[in-house]
Amino acid sequence: MNVITDKLQVEDNKWIGTRTVRPDGADKVTGRAAYAADNTMPGMIWGKVLRSPHAHARILSIDTSKAEALPGVKAVVTAKDIVEFPLDKSVMLGIQDMRWMCRNVMAREKALFHGHPVAAVAAINEEVAAAACALIEVQYEPLPHVIEIEDAIRPDAPILHDFLKFQDKPSNISATMTAKLGDVEAGFAQADVVIERTFRTRPVHQGYIEPQACTVSYAADGRATIWSSSQGQFMVRAMTSLLTGVPQSHIKAIPAEIGGGFGAKTIIYLEPLALILSKKSGRPVKMVMSRDEVMRATGPTSGSFSTVKIGAKKDGTIVAAQGTFYIQAGCLPGGPLRGPVGCAFAPYDIPHVLSVGYEVVSNRSKVAAYRAPGAPLGAYAAECVLDEIAEKLGMDRLEIRLKNSAKPGTKAAYGATFGKVTFEETIEAVQNHEHTKAPLDRNPRPGVKRGRGVASGFWYNAGGESSAQLNISEDGNVLVTTGHPDVGGSRASIANVTAELLGIDHGRVSVQIGDTASIGFSNLTGGSRVTFASAMVVTQSAEKVIGQLKERAAKIWKIDPEAVTWENGEARPAGPNAGQFPPLSLKELAAKANEMGGPIGAGVQLNTTGADPGFATHVVDVEVDVDLGIVRVLRYTAAQDVGRALHPSYVEGQIQGGVVQGIGWALSEEYLYDKQGRLDNAGFLDYRMPVCSDVPMIEPLMLEIPNPKHPQGVRGVGEAPIVPPLAAIANAVYDALGTRFYSLPMSPPKILEGLDAAG
Amino acid sequence: MPKVHVTASINGEPAEFLCDPDKSMLEVLRNTLGLTGTKEGCGTGDCGACSITVDGRLVCACLMLAVEAEGTEIGTIEGMAQGEALHPLQRKFLEMAALQCGICTPGVLIAARALLEKNPDPTETEVRFGLAGNLCRCTGYDKIVRAVLEAAAEMRETVA
Amino acid sequence: MTDVRYLAPRTLEEAVSAFAAAQGAARILAGGTDLLVQMRNGILKPGVIVDIKKIAEMTEIADLPDGGFRIGAAVSGAAMAEHPRFGKAWPGVLEAVNLIGSKQVQGRCSPGGNLCHGSPAADSVPAMVAAGAVVTLQGPQGRREIPVEQVPAGPGRTTLAPGEILVSFTLTARPAGAGDAYLRMIPRTEMDIAVVGCGVNLTMQGGIVTAARVALGAVAPTVRLVEDAGKALLGTRLEDAALEAAAAACRAACKPIDDKRGTIAYRTRVAGVLLKRTAAVAAQRAQGN
Repeated sequence: MNVITDKLQVEDNKWIGTRTVRPDGADKVTGRAAYAADNTMPGMIWGKVLRSPHAHARILSIDTSKAEALPGVKAVVTAKDIVEFPLDKSVMLGIQDMRWMCRNVMAREKALFHGHPVAAVAAINEEVAAAACALIEVQYEPLPHVIEIEDAIRPDAPILHDFLKFQDKPSNISATMTAKLGDVEAGFAQADVVIERTFRTRPVHQGYIEPQACTVSYAADGRATIWSSSQGQFMVRAMTSLLTGVPQSHIKAIPAEIGGGFGAKTIIYLEPLALILSKKSGRPVKMVMSRDEVMRATGPTSGSFSTVKIGAKKDGTIVAAQGTFYIQAGCLPGGPLRGPVGCAFAPYDIPHVLSVGYEVVSNRSKVAAYRAPGAPLGAYAAECVLDEIAEKLGMDRLEIRLKNSAKPGTKAAYGATFGKVTFEETIEAVQNHEHTKAPLDRNPRPGVKRGRGVASGFWYNAGGESSAQLNISEDGNVLVTTGHPDVGGSRASIANVTAELLGIDHGRVSVQIGDTASIGFSNLTGGSRVTFASAMVVTQSAEKVIGQLKERAAKIWKIDPEAVTWENGEARPAGPNAGQFPPLSLKELAAKANEMGGPIGAGVQLNTTGADPGFATHVVDVEVDVDLGIVRVLRYTAAQDVGRALHPSYVEGQIQGGVVQGIGWALSEEYLYDKQGRLDNAGFLDYRMPVCSDVPMIEPLMLEIPNPKHPQGVRGVGEAPIVPPLAAIANAVYDALGTRFYSLPMSPPKILEGLDAAG
Repeated sequence: MPKVHVTASINGEPAEFLCDPDKSMLEVLRNTLGLTGTKEGCGTGDCGACSITVDGRLVCACLMLAVEAEGTEIGTIEGMAQGEALHPLQRKFLEMAALQCGICTPGVLIAARALLEKNPDPTETEVRFGLAGNLCRCTGYDKIVRAVLEAAAEMRETVA
Repeated sequence: MTDVRYLAPRTLEEAVSAFAAAQGAARILAGGTDLLVQMRNGILKPGVIVDIKKIAEMTEIADLPDGGFRIGAAVSGAAMAEHPRFGKAWPGVLEAVNLIGSKQVQGRCSPGGNLCHGSPAADSVPAMVAAGAVVTLQGPQGRREIPVEQVPAGPGRTTLAPGEILVSFTLTARPAGAGDAYLRMIPRTEMDIAVVGCGVNLTMQGGIVTAARVALGAVAPTVRLVEDAGKALLGTRLEDAALEAAAAACRAACKPIDDKRGTIAYRTRVAGVLLKRTAAVAAQRAQGN
């Protein structure tokens, strides 16, 4: 059981809930913060990757001799240098199967997508490395390729992997998942209205601005230092160890500042290659992906092909819901099935649910996690069908959600029975917000129509392993070290919590992210877990330190430690009976630390639990230019239960950022392939992420309903915001045009085609 | 062709470097001069992470040859603060949490400074279009736009 | 070491002789916003880079005695925007040039580069064509002037002779009642390549169109002067029927492709929509002058 303190009384807080300047801020506005590609080392050389020019091909041979003979070339690696994990035995690291990872970082039997690494070179500079890549002779036997889900599941589809069987036949379906509750057929039989629709979405990329990069130094003693940016230095260490055979204890992974990840940097691409190149060359090796490589060869999230059917009674009670979700895995198994399967219907109390997911491999880069992995796909389908149900029943779109909202004790199809549920609060917040009540000018100008849409979303949230160490410096200040990369301001939250608990000025707290050699194991920054988990371990560390400080004061005063309290950064006698002593400040106690028992500090390592799910409800106004088919978002309000906002600005930032990623997903972003199976828009120009002028201000409604299972009441916030926007915008476009669109992105040509088809 | 000797002023200080004629200003800033505050997000002028000024003009360092720097005055993020005194934009970005991961921040700050030099009193729309060449994937732009508007207001007051 | 040579001649004659001497291995560097991308992507590996920005004639906007303008091929979009008179005379040309890329790109990109890159989707070109701009070329055979619409030859290709360099654009003085405009369709609000671009240049007297030129971008292998659309507007008061006829002429002039940026059907249809919108803006400007 985790410690619950009295810190839920938020009114008394001096630092928690305030908008302090983040600990890493000054470095980041002056260009000093060091990201993955900013590192150099003495004697460093440059690595480059040779990538497959085919979408699908058997690799017959690789001749690296000409490349190795090129002056300036120091090392070459191919798949034979990477540890092979046989196909018949799963070796898991978290949710990643090393059978697939070893084939993802370097093509083994076959090149499975255009851009799949087949070799890598290290040379004295980038030009020589690139020239050497061009000298590597690879013999390919091109094979028929398949890109889209519908094509990949046809009986005559080219099969990517002979070892994959579905219903005893070779298949591109690589996994299935089912979530079931009640008897869905019986449920539909009770329904007065049933609506079933099919939806399609395209793969979208996380779009972090910092390309993957690393520097690896493998020294003569067999020990390696990895400098890279990731969502988990311990993941980097473990995965690199597994793929290179270098023991974890011999690898120090240093977390550089990370320039965005959104899930994508929970796996690695370059680090094992750079390590082996460094080992072979005896030199530190730096590798930096180009944007083209990032788009082409790192994982976007899945595209999908989904059918959702919902049945309701006349009064709006949902009696049954069924979903069939086909999602892309990319070229190797491992896609986010639990996103759509588990989350699509989770906000609602539905007696009969059947949710089935199929994961499909095709000749695309292997998918990687992206913010609430898979959940937006399910919510898009479910929340659009729900909108249609409401319309058919003549019900308000928020009322039907409120009426069917999950409640404490509701059993979700994915297995959980909810404790506290705060979904209703998010719906009511939107209902009561001025945005929802504001009149909408539906035809502001000729050729322009406006509409309003709502949608809700669910994300599991996560706890998991975290470590913290809290040390008091000799001058009486505080240094906190945690073990997970800070992607969006978690250090700012930690600083607030530490200052609050110790009762000292925020400016006296320093927060850093430790490397794998200097802090205990900490799981990934992902799943909306970091602020939840690290605040928990930092709280417990601080409580231990306060205990030590009270003991020191008691020793100085020669009274019982129980008779000492810690208030406002000082030890004080607990009451008149404890004795009359002037308070001892943290500074004074730190100055006497060595004579009174040694350094002051404590650490906690914990597998955190109690991260209850997150709910969100969004409302959006859109405007459609009906002659050009352009959809613009005019206004956006996003309500979410955020637990306790330790640093409100960065909680708002998570909501605002997630929403805008969702806007891109709904309207403009997509992976486009040509007939040869090559990605046709492998750059920011044609991938079309929202730019500053594309979006309005995003209003976050933070509902601070403390999570009772967390010392400060924290609930994960990062992922839920990307779940509702796809459906909210689709519903708003329908509201504007009276025509429904069942395929994302709702790009201008699609809008005009849809309007034409509707007449 | 051997490397070219280039003399320029960078952040008000004299700078000299040798470069191949086909190297971009971005490569030289980062890899030759160690000024890694200027970031590479795309290398094709689509993200603005490498925004710098050349003779006061906002450009993408990735779209300029380093040899073209001869005789120019280059401004990078490393020169934006005056010693310990942050530029009002830098300060507002910190106070208003206008950054999350921070990788786009140097480019956004340089672009915002260029915008306010031309237009000290921009509307929200003008800020949004003025920064359209700077991709940010974390913030949804909301806090960036607000911080630029606040900094502009403060800078106008200081001037007045 | 690299085998690329960089030259920054001070005179046009030096530039032409260096460019011609390289026999096709050379590339002209103006703003570099296309050239550097092509070099980075490995599409181009020039042997010689001839930077023309040290040549005065190519980087200045000259006021001509008759009230027209001569714009050096390498003048940046930002410099054009800062010119005190140009944008008042040719707002459509200026807005088109200023739509090339971001503010950062505007600091470097030039109308000459935009034209010589040969993209059918180049934003400044339809506006220049509608404006009736004349370009000055200089090559080993001397100097010549041709209408701007004769420069593009196809995607990535121009009609410039070997060794020939684009020097400047000449735009005439504006008569009373003249106005131009450029609009493009892009999916986002900024940073995209035009899916369709439309330039319209009108002269109106007493509400009647007395001269009209229409050009379209991104709907054919080259930017197109759509003479039939201009004719459809001539002598009209831009009544709905006239606009519809001009829109139909625009649609008829489209020979687009399906690609990642748009479909044939979409581009063709949007060409007509943009014609009407652009003509309305041009007319408003014409009648305000």
